[in-house]
Amino acid sequence: MKVNWFKFAAPANFYPVAGWLVSVFAVLAAAAILIGLYWGFFETPSVLGGTNPQKEYYRIIFIHVPAAWMSMWLYLVLAGWCAIGLVFNTRLSYMMAAAVAPTGAIFTFLALWTGALWGRPSWGTYWDWDPRLTSELILFFLYLGYIALHSAIDDTRRADKAAALLAIVGLICVPVIFWSINCPDPTQCAALHQRSSLSQMESNILSSMLIMAFGFWMYSFAAAFARLRGIILEREADTAWVQELATKEARR
Amino acid sequence: MKEFLAQGGYAFFVWGAYGMAALLLIVEVVVLARRRRTILTRIGRLVRMRGAKTP
Amino acid sequence: MGRAFLSLLRRDITLAMRRRTDVLTTLFFFVIVVSLFPFGVGSEQQILRQLGPGVVWVAALLASMLALERLFAADYEDGTLEQLLLTRHPLSLLVLAKVTAHWLLTGLPVVLIAPLIGMQYYLPETAIVAMMLALLVGTPVLSLVGAIGAALTLGLRGGGILLSLLILPLYVPVLVYGAGAVTAAFTTPAESQPYFYLLGAFLVLSLILAPLASAAALRISLE
Repeated sequence: MKVNWFKFAAPANFYPVAGWLVSVFAVLAAAAILIGLYWGFFETPSVLGGTNPQKEYYRIIFIHVPAAWMSMWLYLVLAGWCAIGLVFNTRLSYMMAAAVAPTGAIFTFLALWTGALWGRPSWGTYWDWDPRLTSELILFFLYLGYIALHSAIDDTRRADKAAALLAIVGLICVPVIFWSINCPDPTQCAALHQRSSLSQMESNILSSMLIMAFGFWMYSFAAAFARLRGIILEREADTAWVQELATKEARR
Repeated sequence: MKEFLAQGGYAFFVWGAYGMAALLLIVEVVVLARRRRTILTRIGRLVRMRGAKTP
Repeated sequence: MGRAFLSLLRRDITLAMRRRTDVLTTLFFFVIVVSLFPFGVGSEQQILRQLGPGVVWVAALLASMLALERLFAADYEDGTLEQLLLTRHPLSLLVLAKVTAHWLLTGLPVVLIAPLIGMQYYLPETAIVAMMLALLVGTPVLSLVGAIGAALTLGLRGGGILLSLLILPLYVPVLVYGAGAVTAAFTTPAESQPYFYLLGAFLVLSLILAPLASAAALRISLE
């Protein structure tokens, strides 16, 4: 079967597809998050022994790590759509980027918030200038910068392109920023976070964390596509198909 | 149940983290759903207004 | 091409020299910010010595930010910028000329006044030399990277605040290693060498990439 993918680059054609995708991803997300939460809270030991004793509060891991993963992954997705938009000049790519950004910012904030609440019982402080926490904070600022620039420019074409360029500049700077935070002394790098390794984790904890990560991932897709539908409607408000849709909706 | 809610005395941290996560995600979903509806009603109103002007 | 670069550079400097207050405000802003800290944290020699490198760098970041707003603004308002876009010279070269002029007027004075600031903070002589060198290598990076933000926020309301939100996170590496170089030079100057290599690498990278990005940003903003 041959599908003409560029057909879906037109917002009018993609709008119904996006609606269908939202429901699929929403169902997957809800299922994964429910399973992950049940598993994480009822099938895991309440106290971890070993080299790094942790009590019930380690259960924050089930949202902390997936949120941190999503925050980084979504920035890549955002910059990727921006690059595609700048290269191929497709409107839908810019809309995708704009749709992803707020969800990414939310996950970044969640990673910081849950990190603070986890840090208090295990490190004894809500905030520490730990490299990974600090990197996450900078990532949060990058998301905010993208959103602020996009919303400060009234002309959508300019807003799309300017914010896209900013996202790509940010992406180029990200490795340097993270590295400079991790190794403030160029001759050695230090970190408060334990060297984490997935294979060392207890299997129940690991599986529920991975399921939660999958759930967050599906949630991000669902939220991004739902936001994309809104953006498409706003920008195509003058076209015939949107007005038809609006009159149909009003009659219902 | 009570024991579950207490989380071994770390209820504030565990539920603080999960509460914020739930709050933000639910708010995002609600805002997104409402936004689509408001846009559609607004456009619908505009269309009807224009339709009334040029019958 | 070199002539276009030089003539634009000379023009920008001449224009700035006619309005010297603009240049001086940036410099005074830097001096005032740095001088305010001892009132806030106390004037104990030990504390000030520890804070010195960081405070000087943060003040330098803020001063360079403050000046960036004006980098393209005047040329944008009177239409010169659109003329520059139409010339046959590569726009990135012209941007580089403007950034160079901007750095000579705002970055270089900060470098030159650094010894005075260092004395305010009881820095040892080796650290003061390192600070001047670090500022000499680091401040051009700030101007170059900041030019991208200035080009993106061209003509927006509230552009200045927005600019700081966009650009300050990108300044982090320069801040970390710039301040690190000064601190490392407290005891033995040789220890700050790796920091200078890194700052130099940042300078080379931003010299190559930033003018291209700023030129692209200007095209987007003026389209």
